[in-house]
Amino acid sequence: MRAVWFVVARLARDRSALIGLVLIALLVAAALLAPVLSTHPDDVFELHPSERLRAPSGTHWLGTDRMGADVYSRLLFGARITILIGLIAVGASLLIGVPIGLVAGYYHGWPSDLLMRASDVFLAVPQVVLAIAIAQTLGPSLPNVILALSVTYWPWFARVVYAETRALQKEPFVESTAALGASPWRLTVLHVLPNIASPIIVRSSIGMGFTILTAAALGFLGLGPPPPTPEWGRTIAESREFLPGAWWYAAAPGVAIFLTVMGFNLLGDGLRDVLDPRLRRSPARDG
Amino acid sequence: MSATAAPLLELVDLARHFPVRSAFGRRVGWLRAVDGVSLQVRPGETLGLVGESGCGKSTLGKTVMGIYTPTAGEIRFSGREIGRLPRRARRAVAKDLQYVYQDPGASLDPRWKVRPLLHEPLLIHTTLTRAERDREVGAILAAVGLPDAHLDLYPHELSGGQQRRVGLARILTLRPRLVILDEPTSGLDVSVQASVLKLFRSLQETFALTYVFISHDLSVVRVMCESIAVMYLGKIVERGPTARVFEAPRHPYTRSLLAAVPRIGGRRVIQDFALEGEPPNPRDIPTGCRFRTRCPLAQARCAEEEPALRPVDGRAVACHFA
Amino acid sequence: MAELLAVRGLRVDFATDRGPAQVLDGINLDVAAGEVVGLVGESGCGKTTLARAILGVLPESAARIRGGEVRFRGVDLLRQDPAAVNEQVRGRAITFIPQDPFTSFSPLFQVGTQIMDLMKWKSPRGRVRPAALFGRYPRARRRADREAVLDTLRAVQIPEPTRALRRLPHEFSGGQRQRLMIAMALLPEPDLIIADEPTTALDVTIQAQILRLLRALVKERGVSVLFTTHDLGTAHELCDRVVVMYAGQEMEAAPTDAFFGRPAHPYTRRLLASVPGPEGEIRDIPGEVPSLVAPPAGCRFHPRCDHATAECRVERPGPRDLADGHSVRCHHPVDAPAGAGT
Repeated sequence: MRAVWFVVARLARDRSALIGLVLIALLVAAALLAPVLSTHPDDVFELHPSERLRAPSGTHWLGTDRMGADVYSRLLFGARITILIGLIAVGASLLIGVPIGLVAGYYHGWPSDLLMRASDVFLAVPQVVLAIAIAQTLGPSLPNVILALSVTYWPWFARVVYAETRALQKEPFVESTAALGASPWRLTVLHVLPNIASPIIVRSSIGMGFTILTAAALGFLGLGPPPPTPEWGRTIAESREFLPGAWWYAAAPGVAIFLTVMGFNLLGDGLRDVLDPRLRRSPARDG
Repeated sequence: MSATAAPLLELVDLARHFPVRSAFGRRVGWLRAVDGVSLQVRPGETLGLVGESGCGKSTLGKTVMGIYTPTAGEIRFSGREIGRLPRRARRAVAKDLQYVYQDPGASLDPRWKVRPLLHEPLLIHTTLTRAERDREVGAILAAVGLPDAHLDLYPHELSGGQQRRVGLARILTLRPRLVILDEPTSGLDVSVQASVLKLFRSLQETFALTYVFISHDLSVVRVMCESIAVMYLGKIVERGPTARVFEAPRHPYTRSLLAAVPRIGGRRVIQDFALEGEPPNPRDIPTGCRFRTRCPLAQARCAEEEPALRPVDGRAVACHFA
Repeated sequence: MAELLAVRGLRVDFATDRGPAQVLDGINLDVAAGEVVGLVGESGCGKTTLARAILGVLPESAARIRGGEVRFRGVDLLRQDPAAVNEQVRGRAITFIPQDPFTSFSPLFQVGTQIMDLMKWKSPRGRVRPAALFGRYPRARRRADREAVLDTLRAVQIPEPTRALRRLPHEFSGGQRQRLMIAMALLPEPDLIIADEPTTALDVTIQAQILRLLRALVKERGVSVLFTTHDLGTAHELCDRVVVMYAGQEMEAAPTDAFFGRPAHPYTRRLLASVPGPEGEIRDIPGEVPSLVAPPAGCRFHPRCDHATAECRVERPGPRDLADGHSVRCHHPVDAPAGAGT
């Protein structure tokens, strides 16, 4: 825990990273406290056709949508979906990509080449297109979106882990621990993995931004969770026919997506600067 | 140390070659880093392995250790051939045969604290309980002169010298019988070097260790090693008791090597130094005797016939004219 | 003074996380014309910083010169216009041989190109003018310079100099690259060469060749050399005089024979004693090098010195002349041959 606090304190010194941190904190707060923070919590399911497309006002802070539901409240609940998709998709990518990268990095020869070429194949196809294809084939739903995203994002983890594992193999401490008699299992899990945790964390943060953006794209195309789920991308799609008149209808989720993705990217960059070099510095050396 | 005891380590014609590949990955030749080395190390002895860069001494150390697999020849440890063991069995040998890097501090995982670092070898090779391991680790820590407080620190929180001691302690927890020291004093200041050598000496006594001491620094080898083997381009050119080799070197290369060492006091060494040129590219080793391109005694026979190591004057020399 | 180089009271601080480190604490150093002076000391003693300070290449952001003077040919370099020093002194009157021959050349350009670039700006035949981005290189001078380059390459024993100029740096071995560095240091016809551990990275037989070459060339051309090393043997081989430093203070300076034969400073004696001796005994120096952020007061060796008294803890000893050219900074210098106890 002390390490986490340490990292946060360091992050706070970098202005853009701090902005990222604040944005993500807001997102998490919105998701967790949605029932508390929202003004019309029932509008996720209920319809009020008489109040449709009202401009932002005192009662409806961000206006109402085509069903008369409060945009602000649906936005907050949409944050839950957003985080859920991001976390599970990135989590699954991690669980697939990291072991593949470790194995490919540790061993040499054709097994490793095979794995990396496989991941190259996935990387060669534009992710959004691949995600669309998968979601289209399986049908629009939340689990399918998550599946599509996991399948397209894991190669990024595999690639980072592969490169870092290979680089680490040349480090004296890996060679000497192997000389001590450590099994490949012990080396990989207990020594290599902790030392490549930082690039994995950075990649996860950036991955969150990316997956959320792609998820919104899928939602926009109608391939995401069906209505009445207040998914941000779908909301933008719904708003299309009412633009430019009901500008709040598109602007709210649009800005939310923008801030979320930017937040994760800034956080990822900040983490990259903070994590490795400083922790490696040795204070015992004198001039 | 018994002069008639069986050797603890024996190398028989050991070779390690590396393929040299062209830009397209095709093999165009071999780098014969170690090319037929035979020697013996007796229990309790310190054998010095000297030579300049490219002579293969480091590769030899790593091949014996198992970091590289031998291309040819045998490695016999305690009478048992270990060069061709399957990986799992080879790992078990690590309990008795260990290797110290030039910078033992660099052999420590920067994300682990000292305590788990020192417990790890015991976890890999023994079934001691936690309490028993604690006791072992405590004993080793004391033997290398470090306080218990260091157990809770990370390597980067220790000084270079302390890291070195932790690196050594890690290896000693296994109570190995033979330790290969690879350039242990390279780049160190003279007074630091003296402390490190003293530490090695005391550890040798405490743990009854046998050392293979790889170094390019002849003055250090002279002080630490009873026997010495001089390498040039992958082969041993002279081998024998240190005192004898230093007093009256027989191989022309050994002579040049000793003549090149700067000496404090007396006439400048460089005024008389005569060896010209540089060692040939190890990918392109000369036929016959490898040293003939720079040797003042070279004749036609040297290009045709490679000299074998034969006993001369109490040591072994590989030269037609020794 | 007849000294080519006279450093007086030089103080340099380096900025570190824990405050300023007093890396040089009032250094005095002399180099006469045509003399080879060795600056010996262990890591952290400040010898490289001193060499860089004289050359004027301390990192601007981190290093601060607190005081003192560096007089070269009578002129204090620290108080001159930096541009003038850069033009006239650095790379001309004072040249540099770095420690690592492997990274001192740009790997992208032929060796000949790099050397001729040097001659374009720093040739002794050229007019001293401010370095412009596109300077003219008169053909006549270029030819003369090229002749000089080939001559010097022959002098440093590079085989087939004309072909060598067309090769890339990685095609040369470490020893050959160091010969090239020596050639480049000699070409501007300097008065002083500063060499920073020039043979540390080389094998011992190559080192012997390089040292012999260097000494022969500088004696032949009357060039002074200030060279830093932590290897006492090398200092004995190459130098006329030796100066030893410890923790940012110079401790003793003497002609080579006197330095190794009758060392007066307790640190010098301890240092010489810790060199591995032929009888097999190993002596080290108890204690550790002090932190330069909070160094000991007075003589910085006093925490590890057997002869230290109250005076040593308070006041840094001034230079005391023991014999011709042999000066020591110690309140209790030892008067006995080397090896006869510390």
